[in-house]
Amino acid sequence: MALEKITKVEGKAVYVPGDDIDTDRIIPARFMKCITFDGLGEFAFYDVRKNEDGSDKKHPLNDPRHAGATIMLSGSNFGCGSSREHAPQALHKAGFRGIVAESYAEIFFGNSTTLGIPCFTAGRQQIRELAAAIDADPELTVELDVENEVIRCGGKEYPGALRDSARNSLLSGRWDPIAELIEGTEQVDELARRLNYV
Amino acid sequence: MAKSLFDKVWDAHAVRDLSAGQTQLLIGAHLIHEVTSPQAFGMLRELGLKVHMPERTFATVDHIVPTDERAEPFSDQLADAMIKELRRNCEEFGVTYFDIASGRQGIVHVVGPEQGITQPGTTIACGDSHTSTHGAFGAIAFGIGTSQVRDVLATQTLAISKPKLRRINVDGELQPGVYAKDVILYIIRKLGVKGGNGYAYEYGGEVFDRFNMEERMTVCNMSIEGGARVGYVNPDEKTFEYLKGRPYSPKGKEWDAAVERWKALASDPGCAYDDVVNFRAEDILPSVTWGITPGQGVFIDETIPDPDEVGEAERDAVTEALEHMKLKPGAPIKGTPIDVAFLGSCTNARLTDFQEVARYLRGRKVASGVKAIVVPGSMAVGKICEELGIDRVFKDAGFEWRGAGCSMCLAMNPDKLVGDQLCASSSNRNFKGRQGSPVGRTILMSPLMVAAAAVTGEISDAREVFGIESPTLVGA
Repeated sequence: MALEKITKVEGKAVYVPGDDIDTDRIIPARFMKCITFDGLGEFAFYDVRKNEDGSDKKHPLNDPRHAGATIMLSGSNFGCGSSREHAPQALHKAGFRGIVAESYAEIFFGNSTTLGIPCFTAGRQQIRELAAAIDADPELTVELDVENEVIRCGGKEYPGALRDSARNSLLSGRWDPIAELIEGTEQVDELARRLNYV
Repeated sequence: MAKSLFDKVWDAHAVRDLSAGQTQLLIGAHLIHEVTSPQAFGMLRELGLKVHMPERTFATVDHIVPTDERAEPFSDQLADAMIKELRRNCEEFGVTYFDIASGRQGIVHVVGPEQGITQPGTTIACGDSHTSTHGAFGAIAFGIGTSQVRDVLATQTLAISKPKLRRINVDGELQPGVYAKDVILYIIRKLGVKGGNGYAYEYGGEVFDRFNMEERMTVCNMSIEGGARVGYVNPDEKTFEYLKGRPYSPKGKEWDAAVERWKALASDPGCAYDDVVNFRAEDILPSVTWGITPGQGVFIDETIPDPDEVGEAERDAVTEALEHMKLKPGAPIKGTPIDVAFLGSCTNARLTDFQEVARYLRGRKVASGVKAIVVPGSMAVGKICEELGIDRVFKDAGFEWRGAGCSMCLAMNPDKLVGDQLCASSSNRNFKGRQGSPVGRTILMSPLMVAAAAVTGEISDAREVFGIESPTLVGA
C-alpha cells in the first residue's frame, strides 16, 4: 500500500487557545453513534462552536477570516482523554492537515500520525507569535516543514519538533503502518506459537 | 540484569523493529466494543483482509446499551444499528461476542478480568483509553485508536513506541473513608493531567499490596487521566486468587504452570526506572473535583480555588473551569447542591464498590429532588449483587437499579444529564459535556462519597454522613 510521502503541509491557520483540550471537546460522544467516520467534520468542536439552538457561538472556528484553515494551533496536552480516533478523523474531515501545539496526549498523537497529520510541537511563546501573526493577517500561509522540523509563516521561521518515529513514517510514506505490520506476519505467528499462553 | 515487569512483557512480545523506529508488538488479547470497532471492520473489508487470530479478540457491547429497556430493537435507531453491526462483524469474522443474551455483557474493562481473559504478563489492546485498567493484573494494556483496532484485527500486532517507566509508591495506611479513587485523584493532582505523557506507570508500595484487585483496577483505570497510557501493578497472590476458576483462566496443570510463570513476572528488586515518585497514604483524604479535568480536585474540607490567587499559568484554566461549573471561587466545595448521583463506570462499578456503599447505605434515603442511579459494570456484577441483596439496599434507599453498561459516564445511551444539572459521579472524567449535556456539570469522587452526596443532596464528607471514625476528625 503505497502512501504519499508527507514532506510538508501548508495552508491558512486558526488558533484554538487552551490547554488540556480533550477529545470529548473535539468530538462530543453523541456524534460517535455511527458506523463510519464520514460526516464527522461538521461536528468538530461542536459544543464550543454552537449554542443549543444550533446558532453559532463566538469561536475561532466560526470566524470567517479563518475559514478554510488547514493548520490548527493550540496549547498543551492537546487531545487528552478518550482514545477515540473520531477526534483526529473529525479534524481531518473538517480540512485540517497539520497541528501545532505545545504537547499532545499520547493516543491522540498516534491516531493523528496514522492519518498522515503531522503533529508539531512548539514553545508557548512561538505559538503565541504565530497566533498573533495569523490574527493580524489571516491569509498568511503557515508551513510545517516535516523534513527540517521548521514552521514557516510570514517570512519567519519558528523551530518546531516532531517525534522521530512520526517524522520518519511521514517522510517515508509509511505513516499508516498496516502494510509493514502485515509484512511481519510470519514472525508474528512464530512468536505467538512460542508464547502460547492465551 | 534486574528487569521491570514492563520490560519483561515488552521484550517477550516484541516481534521486530519497524522502519520508522517503532516496535511491532504482539497483542495477547484484544477487546472490542461497538463504538470504536465498526470502522475497523469496514477497513478490513475495504482492504480484503481477515481477522488474523480471531480466537484472541473478544467483543461486548457497553457504550450505547440502554440500562433500563434492554430488549432489541433499541428505541434509539442509531444505537440499534451499532449493536447489529457489531453482531454482524463478530459473526462474519469469527469473533466471540458477549451480548446481553449471553449474560456476560458489561463494560469491556469489567468483563475482561471477570472472564479471566485479562492475565498477568500478557499484552492487551482495546479501542478505549481506559484499557489501562487491565494493568491491575500485571498485564501491559494499551488504549488504541480505530486504525490500530484494524491493525490488531488484521495482524494481532501494534506499531508502537516504548514509553518510559515511572514507579509510583504509596506507602503507609489509608485512613478509614479514603479509597482507591481518592488515591488516584491525588496522584493525578500531584503529577498533573499531562504528567504521565510518554510514561507507563508502575504502582506499588504498602497501599497497593493491601488493595484488592478491584481497588487496583480503579487506580490503573485512571492512569490515562494522568496522561499515562499504561498503568500496572505487579501480580501477587491476590491476582492469582482472583483469576482462579474464571472461564478463560488456565485449568488444572496449566493453572499451576501459569502461576509459576506469573510469579516470575514481577519487577525484579533493583530494576531501573526512569523516574520514581513517593507518596504517603496518610496525606490522602476524601477527594472531589471542582473543575473540568480530573486533575482539578481538592480534599473535601478544602475550598474552591480562586483564579486571583493561583499562578498566572493556571489562571485561565481555573477561570474557564469555574465558569463552566458555576462554582464560587474561595467557597467550600462541601455543601454544593447536587441534582444527580451516578454510581457506575469502568472505574467504580464492581462488586466490592457496591458492597462497601451498601454497608453504609442501609436505612438511609436519597434526598428529595436527587435522581440517583446505580449501573453495575457487568451483568455478572448485577447478578451477584442481586443474589446478595445489595440491589435491595440501593432500591430501598431510593436509587434506581439498572442494567450493565457505560451509561452516564459518557452518556451515549439514554442516561444523560439535562441542562446544567450537577452530578456527583463515581466515573472518571469531568470534561465539559461529558455526561451528555453540553452545560452539564460533573464532580468526580469515590462511590461512598457519591452515596453521601445522594442522601444529603449536596457534596458531603462521607465520613461525617456515615459516622466513619477517622483520626483526623477526632478533636477537630
